[in-house]
Amino acid sequence: MWNTLRQIARTGVVTEAPALADESLRVRAALQTHITKVLGRALCIRQIDAGSCNGCELEIHALNNPIYNVEALGLRFVASPRHADLLLVTGPVAKNMEAALRRTYEATPDPKLVVAVGDCGCNGGIFGQNYASLGRVANVIPVDVIVPGCPPPPSRILAGILTAISQPPRASPLPPPM
Amino acid sequence: MPLRSWFDRGVTVAGAPQVRGLGVTAEQWREAAAAIAAGGGRLLSLWAEGAIGGAQSVVAALMADPGVLLLELPVGGDQQQAGAAPYPGLQDLFPVASRLQRAAADLSGIVSSDPDTRPWLRHAAWPATFHPLRDAQLPAPAAGANDSQDGYRFVPVEGEGVHEIGVGPVHAGIIEPGHFRFSAVGEKVLRLEERLGYLHKGIERRFTELTLSQGHRLAARICGDSAVAFSWAYCQAAEGLAGIELPLRAIWLRALALELERMANHLGDLGALANDAGFAFGLAQFSRLKEQLLRATERALGQRYLLDFIQPGGTRADLQREGAAALRACTAQIASEALRLRVILDDHAGVRDRFVGAGTVSPTLARRLGMIGLAGRASGQGYDLRSDLPHPPYDQLQPRKIVRDGGDVAARVATRFEELFESCRLVAEIVERAPAGAHAGAFVEPVQSAFGLGLIEGWRGPVLVALEAGEHGSIRRCHAHDPSWQNWPVLEHAIIGNIVPDFPLINKSFNLAYSGHDL
Repeated sequence: MWNTLRQIARTGVVTEAPALADESLRVRAALQTHITKVLGRALCIRQIDAGSCNGCELEIHALNNPIYNVEALGLRFVASPRHADLLLVTGPVAKNMEAALRRTYEATPDPKLVVAVGDCGCNGGIFGQNYASLGRVANVIPVDVIVPGCPPPPSRILAGILTAISQPPRASPLPPPM
Repeated sequence: MPLRSWFDRGVTVAGAPQVRGLGVTAEQWREAAAAIAAGGGRLLSLWAEGAIGGAQSVVAALMADPGVLLLELPVGGDQQQAGAAPYPGLQDLFPVASRLQRAAADLSGIVSSDPDTRPWLRHAAWPATFHPLRDAQLPAPAAGANDSQDGYRFVPVEGEGVHEIGVGPVHAGIIEPGHFRFSAVGEKVLRLEERLGYLHKGIERRFTELTLSQGHRLAARICGDSAVAFSWAYCQAAEGLAGIELPLRAIWLRALALELERMANHLGDLGALANDAGFAFGLAQFSRLKEQLLRATERALGQRYLLDFIQPGGTRADLQREGAAALRACTAQIASEALRLRVILDDHAGVRDRFVGAGTVSPTLARRLGMIGLAGRASGQGYDLRSDLPHPPYDQLQPRKIVRDGGDVAARVATRFEELFESCRLVAEIVERAPAGAHAGAFVEPVQSAFGLGLIEGWRGPVLVALEAGEHGSIRRCHAHDPSWQNWPVLEHAIIGNIVPDFPLINKSFNLAYSGHDL
């Protein structure tokens, strides 16, 4: 116990200032004002790997380390879609995961937000579409924000999540869907 | 015929001195495999070779004391007709063969004589009549194809008080998808049956659409946590078949990347294992160290995760003096802090209570099931390509092989700790000793077709890439194998007699790949 306490004291506080929301990541703004009013900034996130290589998962894990420390921002990863406000989806959608992804989306209560993480989630990545892959996440469920990168670093993923739950500027022109 | 004479009869594979290839008949196929099994050898992988629409053969990569032997058995046109004679299965000699044979049946339409003929990687997304590595013509989209209810036959367990618990594919954490079907009495697990394949995204067919000098990018994305291992194995195969000699510095930098990848994964796993035992302090500490390592890696080699660092002909970036200093400082700090954390974990009664005796796989069982890699070494299976078939620079680094025989979660944790310390030493040594010179040379795609094989000891175990180049730098076939294929079936044994709530901890202590397995 003494060693544990000493290690905690020795480590100190290592948390850094969080990333900021980035409007360039937003691809859809339907109902946004309504959603952010309902959810505020405290948010439950359900992560779904719909076909990823596990690279994006490693960086999503890092959000929970003491350096990014997203729980201190009110963001929490939850175990069930029924508890979630936002789905963080990775991968090109594998056909073998299509039904599971749709069901998880349906099981998430409204209003809900979807952030697609990684090049594959944004545009299918190197896998593209084939007999076993459906490509980008938006081909299967509606997506609000995309975070490109292979894998995107934790600060970009956080920026994507914060963009999803922040108010879009009124009448902002959205980038065309990819 | 004894084991060694099968090797003697084989022909060498370009660029892979310890690999022999041998064309065999159906009788010799069984005879050679039996000789290697009897001699204590293991099955590394089994797959179907051949271009889409072309002639096919089934290949087994066997590993024994002299090296690696590739047995190639042609399966004639008859094999592709329904009701044709199947090739002889190897399940009785090597239990892992069963799932590999089922996968080859799904993807290439070649059928073995073994009894389990259930599909493995094919769910309901494409029809049983379509074999993506054999048929050029894609199937027409069928109605209801996206229904996950494909009637897969799990093995039923019956008896008084037995109930089934189905978990997944979507799990309650940030984890890859897969389905686990437990048969339990109360909390005690009688049987676990895995169902994988959810992440199948057609990688091996996708390879055939790329050129030899593009394939490493796809190889790195087979399994993101083993990107260095897969891209190095791919490049080893490509450079071998093209007859390319690498600059010495490039080889040392690749080993640096491989050891950094091993360290990052071990740090992540140690934190997650402490957390699964209810000790959140461990997760906080190890994930902090991991983040520091990733940042030092980015400073030194340009990426946090080295997905595109290794490329045909060398590496993408060089290690500069400043980056070398960052790595040296970071690994020294990790080594000393991890040592302190190990004492804390070892002294923690609650953590010990969860780790010791959980998910035990005895060395005898491990040997029988052909367990390999990190988890295998924790169950007395002392195989590590870095010391067994040392390629440069490992022949000069002489990594210490870590072997334990406890076979439980505690042994797999201890193996990780010791491998972490050894990798810290290797990183420091590589940074110190890496020869000067170019970090990349030219990669010239061969004009003629050729075959190459890459074998790299990734953090999870041996990664294999078999690459068949067509003419003018095209890829005719590329098979990639993750050691998780061997160890997934072992996990089904490891959980027997344990309680259901210990499964996440036991599963994490193996930390097997889903994407790397499903391809």
